Amino acid sequence: MSATLAPQSSSTESVRTSTPRWLSVIGILGVIAMAFTVWLGLWITPPDVTQGNLARLLYIHPPIATVALYWAGGVAALASLLYLWPRTRSFFWDRLAASAVEVGAVFSALTLVTGSLWGRPAWGTWWTWDARLTSTALLLLLEIGYMALRRVPAEPAIRARRCAVAALLVAIDVPIVHFSVNWWNTLHQGGTFLDPGFKLHAHGSMLWTFLLGFIAFTLIFVWLLGMRYRIEVLQDHVGDQELEVTLAERWHEGDELAPVGAGPVGVDSDDGGAA
Amino acid sequence: MAPVVQFRAAVALAGRFPALAGVDLSLETGEVVVVVGANGAGKTSLLRACAGLLAVTSGQADVLGVDLTQDHTAVRRHVGLLGHAAPLYDELNAAENVRFAVRALGLGAGAGDAALERLGLVGRLRTTPVGRLSAGQRRRVALAALIARRPALWLLDEPHAGLDATARTLLAEVIGEAVADGATVLLSSHEPELSIPLSDRVATMAGGRITAQSAGGRSRTVHPRPALATVLDPTAAPAADSVATKGTMGAWHVA
Amino acid sequence: MWRDALLVAGKDLRIEARSRVGLWQVLPFAFLVLILLAFAIGPDDAPLRHAAPGIFWIAVLFSTVLAIQRSVAIESGEGTRDGLRLSGIDPAGIFLGKAASIGLQLAVLQIVLWAGVTFLFDVRVHVVWLAITASVLATVGLSCAGVLYGALSAGLSVRDTLLPLLVLPVLAPVLLAGTKAWQAALAGNASAGTEWLRLLIPFSLIYLVVGIVLYGPLQESA
Repeated sequence: MSATLAPQSSSTESVRTSTPRWLSVIGILGVIAMAFTVWLGLWITPPDVTQGNLARLLYIHPPIATVALYWAGGVAALASLLYLWPRTRSFFWDRLAASAVEVGAVFSALTLVTGSLWGRPAWGTWWTWDARLTSTALLLLLEIGYMALRRVPAEPAIRARRCAVAALLVAIDVPIVHFSVNWWNTLHQGGTFLDPGFKLHAHGSMLWTFLLGFIAFTLIFVWLLGMRYRIEVLQDHVGDQELEVTLAERWHEGDELAPVGAGPVGVDSDDGGAA
Repeated sequence: MAPVVQFRAAVALAGRFPALAGVDLSLETGEVVVVVGANGAGKTSLLRACAGLLAVTSGQADVLGVDLTQDHTAVRRHVGLLGHAAPLYDELNAAENVRFAVRALGLGAGAGDAALERLGLVGRLRTTPVGRLSAGQRRRVALAALIARRPALWLLDEPHAGLDATARTLLAEVIGEAVADGATVLLSSHEPELSIPLSDRVATMAGGRITAQSAGGRSRTVHPRPALATVLDPTAAPAADSVATKGTMGAWHVA
Repeated sequence: MWRDALLVAGKDLRIEARSRVGLWQVLPFAFLVLILLAFAIGPDDAPLRHAAPGIFWIAVLFSTVLAIQRSVAIESGEGTRDGLRLSGIDPAGIFLGKAASIGLQLAVLQIVLWAGVTFLFDVRVHVVWLAITASVLATVGLSCAGVLYGALSAGLSVRDTLLPLLVLPVLAPVLLAGTKAWQAALAGNASAGTEWLRLLIPFSLIYLVVGIVLYGPLQESA
């Protein structure tokens, strides 16, 4: 019998297991920026006229919230779109989207924590149904839902497509949730108290610290995103190596015409992932 | 004439598992090919790949002129798959199930009636909700739905399983009629004594590949029955005088 | 696409009519939610009357999840799932058909449920057109988003726990808007209620369009 194709050796180029230089640099810069923010925020800048020391939370809370919503959400949505678009389809986008959602979830949770820390001294309760907090809570739940979906075992291509669609649906839902919760709140109470007042323009150093906070958290976000992405790549690499082994085993199964029961457990009545 | 099915080194994955690990197979119009092999060899996967349900990730896979590696959904309406699980809605009766299948293709509702009659699904069998029928009867309903759609390529996964003797004869007749009309049939089977006489060619599958092909048992009154154990080089074109391939040149017997 | 949608809707509704799950399980469940929430909010009439629209919409939301599960379960057998994909029906048509089927069931549910709320909580709708419009819009949104998320979780063994987690946050705006609109309808304050219609309209339109576009790729991911 003429030889048909031998098992194709998939790309076994070594995947780098050390952090790329540029990512480490970003991480270090982020830590430095964070250190400066803390120093400036806690010691150098004066307390706010009306809110006192509580206003110092302003240096971190809005940046965290911005990262959670715009950076993470934006990257996830864009990456999902690029994955679904046939011309740009590549697992790079799938992994990037998944990483963005996970890191975004961390930042959403932090938003809730910092918001709650503010609310306690200011209002006496740990939680308030303020518009931003509430919609952030919903956002966190949406992100957790995505993560739950991603952990369901499936073929990589199928999982990628399913999660890409889910991420897009989440992205579409976020503005809807935002608006509706805002209306819900403002129509009855009148403005959220956590709105970062732009009275910062009054004090120069506060403004700079505010900006520095944004930069610091953005850098941290990029670093975390990169690290999470690398974990995905390494996980998939391990999976690919396992696939090669299985492929070779299956190949030899054919050679030996093994009797029923030998070889990998594959019942020909249901192969699981129908495309 | 372009072959109805043309697979070369086709690989299809189910999760991380290579269900098809390099399949070479081609079918011409009007051929009946039976695939045999142990459990797990990939017979069902092969049928599902031909139906466009299982994506072929590498190699060549053309069915009815459609390149499955590019768009595997385009071929679906032109094939008829009879799988292990019948595509039937339990709460609906046979007539309603067939009517749904037929109207999905845009055909008139009456197109299914002939098929139901041909398979003897009349009276009580026609009006009872399918969930209350026996497994063999459900298989017959699924077959009726398939016939009613008149697909160019039939994909039957162990069609004899669960059918009684009458139904098996019916199946053989129905396949013969379809092939006479120009359909092509690919079926898998664990029962060679039933399936080989129906077929022009027998392909053996193991480990996700076709490992051997031999002549089938489809006899013709004009030409002598070819030897059963002839092993063909799967990559060469079939010689004119070897295995019976196209057309019915005579009565078609169940051996 | 529309012909296909009618075909699929007809099939789903006929199956639902035969199995009677909607009548015997979903409807009683909705009433159960009403009663449990009444227990939670207290025996005093005033808070209950105030909360009646919210209670109504919570019951509708939870029943929607059940209805979605049912709709997905129709094609839960491997044979039917393959059958639908092989049938040659345009995926957008499948989406619309299933959404129409769920929508119709939800509409009937809401009518009966509202009668129940009127009776149990002693409330009356003063701006009927507002309430009806809000319900119609909300139903479209619930059905479309529901079918989408049903497809997202179809075929997964964890579907039963995953679906509520995925879909309820998405449906939350409908709960918000629906409750506010109905509150306005009860209070006779039409203008306040119309504000909320402005949320329901884009919600429904968005999920309708998104469903038509994305249902096909989703089907392949099951």
